[in-house]
Amino acid sequence: MWKAVKTIDKIKIENIWYKLKKFFLGKQGNDGMIFKTVIYALLISIGFVYLYPIFYMVSHSFKSLKDLLDPTVLWLPKTLHLDNYIRAWNVLDFPKAFGASLLNSVLPALSQTVSCALVGYGFARFNFPGKSIMLAFILLTFIIPVQVVMIPLFLLFKQYGLLGSPLPFIVPALFAGGIKSALFILIYLQFFKTVPKALEESAQIDGAGPFKTFFRIIIPISVPAIVVVFLFSLVWHWNETYMASLYLGESMRTLPLMLQTFDLAYSQEYASSGATEMVNINESIKLAGTMLIILPLLILYLFAQRWFVEVVDKTGLTGE
Amino acid sequence: MLLKRIRRRRESFTGYLFVFPWIIGFLLFMAYPIYFSLNMSFHKVLITSEGIQKDFLGWDNFKYAFLSDPKYVEELLVFIKSVVFMIPIVVVFAMLVALLINQPIRFKGLFRAIFFLPVVITSGEVVKELFAQGATTISIVERYGIIQFIEANLSPSWSEPIIAIIQQLIVILWYSGVQILIFLAGLQKVNSQIYEAASIDGASPWEIFWKITLPSIKPFILVNIIYTTVDLFTNSLNDVIILIKEHMFKINTGFGYATAQAWIYFMIIFVILLFVVVIFGRNEDYNPRKAGR
Repeated sequence: MWKAVKTIDKIKIENIWYKLKKFFLGKQGNDGMIFKTVIYALLISIGFVYLYPIFYMVSHSFKSLKDLLDPTVLWLPKTLHLDNYIRAWNVLDFPKAFGASLLNSVLPALSQTVSCALVGYGFARFNFPGKSIMLAFILLTFIIPVQVVMIPLFLLFKQYGLLGSPLPFIVPALFAGGIKSALFILIYLQFFKTVPKALEESAQIDGAGPFKTFFRIIIPISVPAIVVVFLFSLVWHWNETYMASLYLGESMRTLPLMLQTFDLAYSQEYASSGATEMVNINESIKLAGTMLIILPLLILYLFAQRWFVEVVDKTGLTGE
Repeated sequence: MLLKRIRRRRESFTGYLFVFPWIIGFLLFMAYPIYFSLNMSFHKVLITSEGIQKDFLGWDNFKYAFLSDPKYVEELLVFIKSVVFMIPIVVVFAMLVALLINQPIRFKGLFRAIFFLPVVITSGEVVKELFAQGATTISIVERYGIIQFIEANLSPSWSEPIIAIIQQLIVILWYSGVQILIFLAGLQKVNSQIYEAASIDGASPWEIFWKITLPSIKPFILVNIIYTTVDLFTNSLNDVIILIKEHMFKINTGFGYATAQAWIYFMIIFVILLFVVVIFGRNEDYNPRKAGR
């Protein structure tokens, strides 16, 4: 009798033990509770460190001078000091600089999206002599630093009076050149290779020429690649400062360029405007300015995040 | 026979039509500037009211860069040293994060979005600003005297780049957004049946990583090393490219010398890439991803 109870208990205990083990450690070593907790903990802590500069920026940009000097105020400012943002907005001349940024990123991005699509399709679908050497040249343009060609281009644009306008970015973009164009051509190339050929063949049987086929059949089903290229081109043009400061000079200043001269602009804006307004520039105001510059990008990312993150899956970039 | 040839010729013609914009763009905005700048790097270039005046110098610009310029070689060496550390940091970090996200967990999309965010918002100016405000490193590192330890134990020519890396560690990791996505795509392509078979045979996750996962994503490691190298050299604001821009508008050096500096810079990128491809591109014959099919 006792023996029987004991064995039943033993079986029960073993059963529970087994279930617990499965729950915590998992069947395959990577689906147990402990394992998952470790993964989440790692991801969250690495993610926090990774985003630390952004958290720092957000928190500090709302601090008043008093909070800034107070060592007990670490993350949460005592008051939300919006004055920093108002000042930074004025110093950056935000509406004007935003317009300049928009002009210098949307137009080149549109040009690049269209021209690289054509070129990528040409490389993906047709065979012609010299194709492989052209592809080698495209890879070369990917690794060549812009400093090598910057001066001749500067002189060229100067000669044709294009400096000080977005044209030095738009014109090369129209010809499938410009910032990271090699990457965009490759994205399109890989994407068009995944499109089944039967689609074009049936269009051709119906009597459509290659260009008509491209615009009527291929473009409508290539929305993922088009959106991805447009977004990346937009963002990279927006963040470009090295060439922009050279080509645009003083006549047109994008948002990131305004940040370059923030200190100077601040003293000009506020030093002359009388003693009541005198607040010396401090890091909170500068960080508020930095926030204002990346804010449009953050908003874009909030809505279009899916497209950015799925670039590799959507376009089949890694190939087979 | 004839029909075939006509068809092929027509195909070539259409192909050329499609890539025509690129050919024009390449000739105008790449080939011609490359020729022009190569030519300029052997001249002293003066911009006068009548146009561009060039005096042939031979290799003098390059000699000056290596032998007489007080800053160029030094800045170049500092940058190369830091890149040598940054590339493995970025690639290993990207692999680690990709491996974590690839586990059977929830919120994968959220984590991917977090780790990709810097690609969207990073510009040279923003990074410079964050660095100036001391937001690019974790204060713990400084608190435990790691920097002093490095300073005490290494010669200054190596401790300086290492300390510089520690001080901007987070923004260096920010260069890994694209690489994480590439690794994730690579990891998802590994046949899940191989994993199942291995775990049935009693392999531990540790063994599975070294014997299956790592060899399967080897091609992606090469791609990522190349991408990181190019990205770090062409995308970041470093002292070398700032120096090049400064020299453009200096009267005694000018465009000729600035282009010579740019060419040296490019040659170094090229040599490093060649080195990477030779070292990591070997042993392509064993590829379990292809063998598994």
